[in-house]
Amino acid sequence: MNMPFYVAPEQVMKDRADYARKGIARGRSLIAFRFDEGVAICAENTSTTLHKISEIYDRIAFAGVGKYNEFDQLRIAGVRHADMKGFSFSREDVDARSLANQYAQILGQVFTHEMKPMEVEILVAELGLQPDGSDDQMFRILYDGTVGDEGSVVVLGGQTESISEHLETFDSPPSLRDGLRSAVAALSGPDRALSAGDLEVAALQRGNGRRTFRRIDGDELEALLAD
Amino acid sequence: MNLPIFSPHDDPGPDFAQLLRRSGFAHEIEFSGVVPVEDYRHGTTCVAIRFSEGVLLAGDRRATSGNLISHRSIEKVFPADRLSGVAIAGAAGPAVEMVKLFQLQLEHYEKVEGTLLSLEGKANQLGQMIRNNLPAAMQGLAVVPIFAGYDVTQSEGRLFEYDLTGGRYEETEHASTGSGSLHAGTVVKLGFRHDMTAAEVTDLAIKALFEAADEDSATGGPDPIRGIYPVVAIITADGYARLPDDDLAERTATLVEARRQGQAD
Repeated sequence: MNMPFYVAPEQVMKDRADYARKGIARGRSLIAFRFDEGVAICAENTSTTLHKISEIYDRIAFAGVGKYNEFDQLRIAGVRHADMKGFSFSREDVDARSLANQYAQILGQVFTHEMKPMEVEILVAELGLQPDGSDDQMFRILYDGTVGDEGSVVVLGGQTESISEHLETFDSPPSLRDGLRSAVAALSGPDRALSAGDLEVAALQRGNGRRTFRRIDGDELEALLAD
Repeated sequence: MNLPIFSPHDDPGPDFAQLLRRSGFAHEIEFSGVVPVEDYRHGTTCVAIRFSEGVLLAGDRRATSGNLISHRSIEKVFPADRLSGVAIAGAAGPAVEMVKLFQLQLEHYEKVEGTLLSLEGKANQLGQMIRNNLPAAMQGLAVVPIFAGYDVTQSEGRLFEYDLTGGRYEETEHASTGSGSLHAGTVVKLGFRHDMTAAEVTDLAIKALFEAADEDSATGGPDPIRGIYPVVAIITADGYARLPDDDLAERTATLVEARRQGQAD
């Protein structure tokens, strides 16, 4: 009988984390930021049909970077979780915090128990009920199940540090136009310029009715990015 | 409630009702015999009329339990999604539950798939829900809705009637359902013309429900004392819009005044 070689748990975890990080770094990044009317998410994505940003519920949005099939599976599970919770309790009982915790559980479990960790990093954003946005929330969940409650802006993906360096800082939540231009400039970096066709943008916006999620594309996006 | 993750070979797809069954939420209640008509609330008359820009849905506001009026301001016309609506008649409890599930089904499909279900697809979904209700219908708890919506591919309003078995029948002009449907339907039939405007079909629907309430005890007429008027919704390319009560109050007052002066219309 062959005995398996002993590998230190630290080494196993490190190998898995490196594997996941490499997978995530291969994809393109995205930025989520608060603006004066809600939360906006801006991703570099040349596809118009394979979305990185999606609606989960009335006031909750989802965004993912990394391996498409893996974060899309998580997205659909989130839609199912939210719709079932709203169906059996009430629409107002569906919240981002519990969803983020569920995601963290799944990602953590896959990271420690499965052969291969999920090569994803996801964001769950929620528009609060306060008109000044003081209770808007953004949760970032990493491939190993680490959850973070984020402030005014968050970068997901491989090159988060270099992107964060190029982000403008605002004293108070900027307008959608200012926030978006800062996000696009940071995603582009100093050496290239991203246009509307390279971007996927969506927002949870106050005053947008029951379902606050909307995509910002086409002429509207061009106009926001134009000088 | 945990995160519902399925393996690829038994994934329920964008079907919310299927998801509920898989997750143990849809409890089928087994019961036998017929539920006495006094023991549950019954919603009554609804009409739907096509017009040049889309389709109208209207319903009275009364619910009855046997001979008693059990609710004076129940609503029987609901948005199904942005571009369609549903009007219900029959046992109020199962009907409202069916509408809730139908609304969720459409929204769930849209979110999971990233595209809207076609109008035909929505109509078929509702048909399946009515068919699933057949055992309850045989015991007295029948639900008979009308489904209406704006078809973006054909650029026109369309409407569908159903029977208890889930049979789906598209109507080209108008439809009515519920206990007062015979009277309301006749009024609509006589007043209907092709290419009517939204204002004209609104007046016609109010008149139809007024006449139905005049003849059918289970249909509620306009109630100016309590400020209760029929629910009227217009569905066009711009989406589902419910008409405000003061507009309906004004139109009802005009109709009543015309009646008082002995005019036929």
